[in-house]
Amino acid sequence: MVNYIIFILVVAGVYALLAQSLTLSWGLAGLVNLGLVGFFAIGAYASAMTTKWGGWPIPLGLLAAVLLGLATGFLVTVSTLRLRDDYLAIVTLGFAEVVRLVASNEVWLTGGTDGIAGVPAIIPRAWGPNYHLTMLAIVSALAIGTCLLVNHLAKSPWGRALRAVREDQVVAAVAGKPVVVLKAQAFSIAAAIAALAGAIYGHYTSYVAPDIYQPLITIYVFLAVTAGGVGRPVGAFVGAYLLIGFLELTRFMAEVVPGISPVQAAATREIMVGLALILLLRLKPNGLMPEKNQKSPAGTFPTGASR
Amino acid sequence: MFWSIIQALLNGLVSGTILAVPAIGFTAIFAVLRYPNFAIGSLATIGAYAGWFANVRLGWPLEASFGLAFTGAGIAALAAEWLAVRPLEKTGALMMAICSLAVGIVLENMVRFGFGNEPRGFNVPLMRDIRLGDLRISPQQIENFAVALGLMALLWAALNFTRMGRAMRATADNPDLAKLKGVQPATVAAITVLVGGGLAGIGGMLVALDTAADPLTGFRLILSVFAAAVLGGLGSIPGAVLGALIIGMAEELTVLLLAPNYRTAIGFAVILIVLSIRPSGLFGEKSS
Repeated sequence: MVNYIIFILVVAGVYALLAQSLTLSWGLAGLVNLGLVGFFAIGAYASAMTTKWGGWPIPLGLLAAVLLGLATGFLVTVSTLRLRDDYLAIVTLGFAEVVRLVASNEVWLTGGTDGIAGVPAIIPRAWGPNYHLTMLAIVSALAIGTCLLVNHLAKSPWGRALRAVREDQVVAAVAGKPVVVLKAQAFSIAAAIAALAGAIYGHYTSYVAPDIYQPLITIYVFLAVTAGGVGRPVGAFVGAYLLIGFLELTRFMAEVVPGISPVQAAATREIMVGLALILLLRLKPNGLMPEKNQKSPAGTFPTGASR
Repeated sequence: MFWSIIQALLNGLVSGTILAVPAIGFTAIFAVLRYPNFAIGSLATIGAYAGWFANVRLGWPLEASFGLAFTGAGIAALAAEWLAVRPLEKTGALMMAICSLAVGIVLENMVRFGFGNEPRGFNVPLMRDIRLGDLRISPQQIENFAVALGLMALLWAALNFTRMGRAMRATADNPDLAKLKGVQPATVAAITVLVGGGLAGIGGMLVALDTAADPLTGFRLILSVFAAAVLGGLGSIPGAVLGALIIGMAEELTVLLLAPNYRTAIGFAVILIVLSIRPSGLFGEKSS
């Protein structure tokens, strides 16, 4: 039972990373990334392939995941950032499916639908219970660190410019903000964070396969961010833990319902997830911890109009 | 090789025409309600199951089963619109799009809950392919093609010659002006969602007739539907038809070169290329 709880908390940490990714792209820049799970998968594959088959040390594998996430994020933005928001949503959704198709079909590259088993662990699995505890510490530290980083970015002039782009990109452009560059930066960094989360998750579960990267994962992260607070990194962090708690709750609830088959139980869980997102959007669209209005620092107001 | 290309183009013409049906539904909902309805895949699945239910469980002929596919998916679309998406109207199109994605998950899993994951085949007689020289086509393909074509003709007539059709086009073109002219926006929106969802349902049933209905029938279709609608320019019905034909033929042609599994990725590649050159699609509106 304790091991189970630790496992769940590690997974929650991975989702906290994904939630930071979505906070950066959607919360701050207003870019709806419906292909989040695609970047998650790319990171997982990059690190798994380089460490398992290439024999690279794990830190280099993680670095490869981050860089590949950054690069693919940039590629997706280059072709889509001049488009309207709704086009971006559609293209990113398609992108994640293409990633899954390539992962399933390019057997020579990715191992096909069998996936990659036996992905090396970050720390020796032989440590037994301590392995999971140490992983919990590593993943939690990483999630908190990323949360602080995104929080810092959000409060920086760069983050303010991003929010200006989110609110009204024409006004932001008139004010001299490089709108497309800002969007590309936010989207690519967000993609890199998602890729890092994927790499960590792959190393932790030791298994990477196309079937893991279902579009439902993207929905989970949207649920986490909406629950916690769109545009507020701390809110997204808390939201990820709420999400995992909720997912576990639905597991128990689905098991309690008498006389339904495993397929029906799984369907019930997904229905509850969908309903939760619909209800949240309706009742508490800003989440538990809404984004706060930023005030300009005291004393700078009269001259604060520069930049 | 020559004949296999012609055969691929023929298959593409048929599958593209079938694809046009849900693509019109998707783009029409966008034209009037201004958000991409991501539940369209699940609505197609509902149509496929409603049609299957009528055809196999109730023993209806295919023609009548199409009616139930249309009605079932249309009513589901309208219920979802009223209960879930419409209340978010003030928060913007992206919130509505995200909500429709959640609606899609709920609907797909309601189907899975009711019918399980097993594929459900339709009760259609096995028929020999018709041969024309080196070309072959199945009678079912011809019938599906005819149904899709007939539906589009009907829709074209409705949009051009009925009061409601003209009101829909007016609302899509300029909602404020349409309101000024006495068009009821709520009624137009409701009918658009009903018809758009219904078209998605028929699209799902047409696809399922070729293989079988399963909970992912619609999901497998959505990338091609999006590709067709985006290619033609979101909100443009003639654009969606042309986009669907191009995507259908491109998909069939690439089967000659690539693994068939990549079919759905082709649409994605095509829209990336087209959007890089023309950010609003072939027939899209210029400004945002």
